Amino acid sequence: MSFVETMIPPQAPPPVPPKPYSLARFVGSVSLGIWLALAVGIFLTVVNGWDPAKFAKYGPSFLSGLGVTLTLVACSVVLGAILSLPVALGRMSKNKIWSWLAYAYVYFFRGTPLIAQLFLIYYGLGSFRPELESIGLWWFFREAWNCALFTFTLNTAAYQAEILRGAIESVPRGQREGAAALGLPDRIAFYKIILPQAMIVALRPYGNEIILMIKGSAIVAIVTVFDLMGETRRAFSRTFDYQMYVWAAILYLIMVELLRNIWAWLENRLTRHLKR
Amino acid sequence: MSGLFAGFYSILAWIGSIVDPLCGPVGVFRWLASGTLLACGDTGWGDELAYGFVVTASLALATLPVGLLIGFFIALGKQSEERTVRLASNIYTTIFRGLPELLTLFIVYYGLQILVQQLLASFGYEGPVEINAFFAGMIALGVVFSAYCSEVLLSAFKAIPHGQYEAGAALGLHRGRTMRLIILPQLVRIALPGLGNLWMALLKDTALVSVVGLPDILRQTGIAARVTKQAFEFFSLACILFLMLAMVSSIVFSNLERWTKRAEMGR
Repeated sequence: MSFVETMIPPQAPPPVPPKPYSLARFVGSVSLGIWLALAVGIFLTVVNGWDPAKFAKYGPSFLSGLGVTLTLVACSVVLGAILSLPVALGRMSKNKIWSWLAYAYVYFFRGTPLIAQLFLIYYGLGSFRPELESIGLWWFFREAWNCALFTFTLNTAAYQAEILRGAIESVPRGQREGAAALGLPDRIAFYKIILPQAMIVALRPYGNEIILMIKGSAIVAIVTVFDLMGETRRAFSRTFDYQMYVWAAILYLIMVELLRNIWAWLENRLTRHLKR
Repeated sequence: MSGLFAGFYSILAWIGSIVDPLCGPVGVFRWLASGTLLACGDTGWGDELAYGFVVTASLALATLPVGLLIGFFIALGKQSEERTVRLASNIYTTIFRGLPELLTLFIVYYGLQILVQQLLASFGYEGPVEINAFFAGMIALGVVFSAYCSEVLLSAFKAIPHGQYEAGAALGLHRGRTMRLIILPQLVRIALPGLGNLWMALLKDTALVSVVGLPDILRQTGIAARVTKQAFEFFSLACILFLMLAMVSSIVFSNLERWTKRAEMGR
């Protein structure tokens, strides 16, 4: 009878065979190289074209433009959220007239470009000046900023109404029935049971809507509101320096990415109880 | 050859003038608006608006294949096993989804202009260079569209079970044929609703190109509004024209969806 007397000494695992150089790897290196070259190129043009006088002159105006953009978006999103409530209720109502009216409102504002709506209100209402003056609303529609705020509020209300409706309708029927079985009044059932669950569903679309508004707000530059885009255009038309657009692009990217990350964190935090 | 193209083009123009929904022989403006501001011909703005309508529709139609093609390859890159490819495609979507469309358009429009100018200057040509607004709009909108499209296609790719690829391999199909015969038909079916939304967004974004001087619906109505001083009527008309485009495309898309799902019908 024979048995093993010596153990085989432990050995290192065989070396990983080298990955063959594939097409994907080549494409990856080339495309990364292009991005890198672009980044370096932009960095170099910024460094070479760095002009302290220009920075001192246009830096503050860029910041004020940023402020205008953020104020506009924040105001219109909040006002739009308030306005979206009756619209969403109208969309869900059993009354034919209300639901049809709300549907027409939503369809119009979602089916036409924001810029056309802005022109319609800014230039279009401008041709009703005597009538507006007679009812004392001209002071409001005279300012481009007010017109932009008004348009954006109406526009985002339509989108937010759809988000809200979709979220509320996504809550299963059983939840409402359960609340009714517990003897909760309709109001309390809506605020304590339906709405919290709907908000979790609506969170992500709301974030997307705010991002869309930040990006969409760039068009107010065309109707002479000096937001970030407007300040950029003004600076570019005075200096013919292409860097201005690069700066604006970087600022917009930072805004959007910050918001996106905040939203991802928020969603993670609010859906803790759903994780397994 | 150029004669052939000219003939082809004139035939296309002739067909276009026949089926033109606004100013054609059975157009809305010709029948309902003759004698008003919207009449066709020299007396009204009908034919100008009809031209803008055609420009908007053709810009959107020309952008679609560009955006779809780039978006498809970006989506492929995002699920590549190679880390560098994934990183490069993610940078692409982050940038072009984060920038406002208007800013992208300006960057492309002025950037291309400067680039071409410098390129020509290095060959010894010193003169003003004007980039075609249609071309710049096509590139800018196509790039934005492709960034969103890649996300839609990526989630559609993820919805296709891995067994489908394995089945293709088991049948002895090459990777390209697996993609074309097995994956793509399912991909279209899954991605179509998302792509429909993107198409609507694209249609609305074409209005931005009017800012750099493309004579689309919005620009033509803007000129008409300035000349006639009836801004409200003309911009309302622009909105109605955009709504018409949106309605037509939603009909087309619901038919397409029904067509791609014809195998599931009756179940």
